[in-house]
Amino acid sequence: MTSTHTAVTTQVYSIYIKATPEKVWDAITKPEWTDRYGYGGLTDYDFTPGAKFETRPSESMVKAGKEMGHPVAEVIIDGEVIEADPPRRLVLSWRMLMDADLAAEGFTRLTYELKEAAGGTKLTVIHELENAPKLAVVTGGSAEDEGAGGGWPWILSDLKSLLETGTPLAG
Amino acid sequence: MTDDDRVFKALADPTRRFLLDLLFARDGRTLSELESELEMTRFGVMKHLRVLEDADLVVTRKSGREKLHYLNPVPIKVIHDRWIDKYTERPAAALIELKAELEQDP
Repeated sequence: MTSTHTAVTTQVYSIYIKATPEKVWDAITKPEWTDRYGYGGLTDYDFTPGAKFETRPSESMVKAGKEMGHPVAEVIIDGEVIEADPPRRLVLSWRMLMDADLAAEGFTRLTYELKEAAGGTKLTVIHELENAPKLAVVTGGSAEDEGAGGGWPWILSDLKSLLETGTPLAG
Repeated sequence: MTDDDRVFKALADPTRRFLLDLLFARDGRTLSELESELEMTRFGVMKHLRVLEDADLVVTRKSGREKLHYLNPVPIKVIHDRWIDKYTERPAAALIELKAELEQDP
């Protein structure tokens, strides 16, 4: 094989959701929605390119962390809005701060693409994880058995479930 | 055909499962790279990739002049949540209960 490729470290996920692109956009970008599926947490965005964003833990996450003796950080994800075109495209720099090793890997690039498709929305997530091998394991869902959750496949199927049935998988 | 039908149909073929395994081992490959791993014409591989794309199990992205193929495990996760969890929930719960009972009474 003539192998000229560089190591591919991009993950691409896609899911069809029976909801309008506007509704899916809100579920990704409004704190009253972001806390209701996947890992949860409250994220609010200013869509000006260059604007910083932060994901903060919900009250229940803070409480659960205290009870288990692992206080949750005040900011669990941070980054910057690179490009925003509601409700079609959101490009972010994105850093996970829940864990010191993951935080040390620094910023990754995350793109959400929303397209109207047969009675719903096709949502594509592109996560460029060039210098973040540890984070790639978590976002790929391979660290689920170690309690790191199911990564993007889990987040997206949970989001679909929430928007289509009104309740996330975890219930 | 529903989304689930397309996924089951796509998975019902050994060549297509092999293509998914190739992408699982290393994601983001070109058609030529995938073709080189199979004893099959380029057209044959394209046909299989098309079925996988229709089922949303493979997502393609343009990178310069190349079209890269990515494994998308999300439809399998959705089927897992819908079907597998439903059928394994009871036995699993029973085993967890049994473990708890046995560990309680030495």
